[in-house]
Amino acid sequence: MTSPALNNEDLRELYRELILDHARSPRHFGKLPDATHSAEGINPLCGDKLRMYFRIDSDNRISDACFEGSGCAISVASASLLMDTVIGLNTDDALKYFSAFVGRLTGRQDSENDDTDAGINLGKLSALEGVKEFPSRVKCATLAWHALISAIHHDVQPATTE
Amino acid sequence: MSQVSLTDAADDVVGIENCRADFPALSQEINGHPIAFLDSAASSQQPASVIDTIAEYQRHDHANVHRGVYTLSHRATEAYEGARDRIGNFINAASRTEVVYTSGTTEAINLVAQTFCRPVLEPGDRILITHLEHHSNIVPWQLVCEQTGAELLVAPINQRGEVELEILESLLDDKVKMLAFAHVSNALGTVLPLSEIIAKAHSRDIPVLIDGAQAVPHMPVDVQSLDCDFYAFSAHKMFGPTGMGILYGKEAHLEKMPPYQGGGDMILEVTFEGTTYNALPYKFEAGTPNISGAVGFGAAVDYLQSLGMDRVSSYEIELLGYLTERLSTVEGIRLIGTAEHKASLQSFLLDDIHPHDLGTVLDHEGVAVRTGHHCAMPVMDFYGIPGTARASLALYNNNDDVDALIEGLGEVKEIFSA
Repeated sequence: MTSPALNNEDLRELYRELILDHARSPRHFGKLPDATHSAEGINPLCGDKLRMYFRIDSDNRISDACFEGSGCAISVASASLLMDTVIGLNTDDALKYFSAFVGRLTGRQDSENDDTDAGINLGKLSALEGVKEFPSRVKCATLAWHALISAIHHDVQPATTE
Repeated sequence: MSQVSLTDAADDVVGIENCRADFPALSQEINGHPIAFLDSAASSQQPASVIDTIAEYQRHDHANVHRGVYTLSHRATEAYEGARDRIGNFINAASRTEVVYTSGTTEAINLVAQTFCRPVLEPGDRILITHLEHHSNIVPWQLVCEQTGAELLVAPINQRGEVELEILESLLDDKVKMLAFAHVSNALGTVLPLSEIIAKAHSRDIPVLIDGAQAVPHMPVDVQSLDCDFYAFSAHKMFGPTGMGILYGKEAHLEKMPPYQGGGDMILEVTFEGTTYNALPYKFEAGTPNISGAVGFGAAVDYLQSLGMDRVSSYEIELLGYLTERLSTVEGIRLIGTAEHKASLQSFLLDDIHPHDLGTVLDHEGVAVRTGHHCAMPVMDFYGIPGTARASLALYNNNDDVDALIEGLGEVKEIFSA
């Protein structure tokens, strides 16, 4: 199978300024001492390793979140954008973002409209849409989101993208 | 028969400088650039002679080996066993009985761990490896240690990526039942001083297994002169097909070892009361083997011999020198693995850019490098890094490939300094 040649715009789209900014200065980076939920995300392919902390209140609202670890620009930026997105949401809404985001990156949902129909506007997360053209990097972008799901479900095993 | 086309193809080879044309995969463009394939340490490309020999075998000569009395089975057996002879000659094995087909280096090491070591290991015994090993020369030993209560010991490396020989020597005591290490490090490119280490181990009657996966494609290997007890390597890193490898073992050892797997072909006589095992090397080759893989492996060895391993080695040493020199001029580069004796590859980091991002941008420029931990996580831990980018060379690479890499790194810097 031959994949279409990439051009310069694809690359600039992947590494747009917002992504590089979040990769260099990730938001909500560090430990969360009073976390109620936590999970590790590991991408064995490239060694990305993120630990995500969430404080989920009794009303299922994610009242605070943090992450630490190391990874490529895409995985770190995605984790940072995830934090910005899910803090303040209840876990059901966070799961909806997960489906919409992963769906968009893996081509299961093609257009903005699909997301709006599902009541989800990806907002800043759309900055990661350039990853679609780089199939080998989709796992980097979704790693933090898989870890979020693990954390919400209290999985003991680390989340992986495999 | 396939032998004929194979010889013809080898005759077409005019020299290493021009051998790139023998590799169909290297004539393509990637993302609008001529491909610069710098990941042969992971898996190498195949010359047309290997591809054609396998195809010819599949078209005309295939049947099961060691079984039928008919013509095709005879041809298949000749091709399969003929390849074994040529591979054995290539590494100068004393006898074809010492050349065991496996699915690759990994299976070869597991075979030794399970049949040479496991039956004799006792709690308190030790297996000694080094810090620069590939996971395939770590995990099989961890498994056998778990099974027997033996202990895995690791000889340290220094910042250049060289094994600390004096420390290694000090670890060689009566408790050590096996010393296993790489001929060439897949992550750092370090060439280990085999003869010296093997002699030291043998002076204490400790058998030695060499993981030769990263050495055989790049330099002459003579198992008799090395005097190693076992030597493992893979076809797909030396221009042959995947799923194929060799365990070389001294006959005296192989004779004593029980079979690794049971099945057809590894037996002389089976009754429900018991089974008599076949002679070497068949004792270790249960079931219908990877016949086309062996045939392709033989063609790969023919190809290498037509070029001459001494010439391959000196060509690559010069090219590695050029690669290291050009990389050193890149601002913000950090070379990982700077041993005095190195072969075929250079790991590196650029500024604080994650290797994975670097690899994506380089691919965009048509440059294929490996990024990540290279199945050598302990090496990455030693340097306190999550991974590296690794440019690895083979006989078909040239200065243009290196120049494309350097140019690609310029593009990486441009994107990430924005």
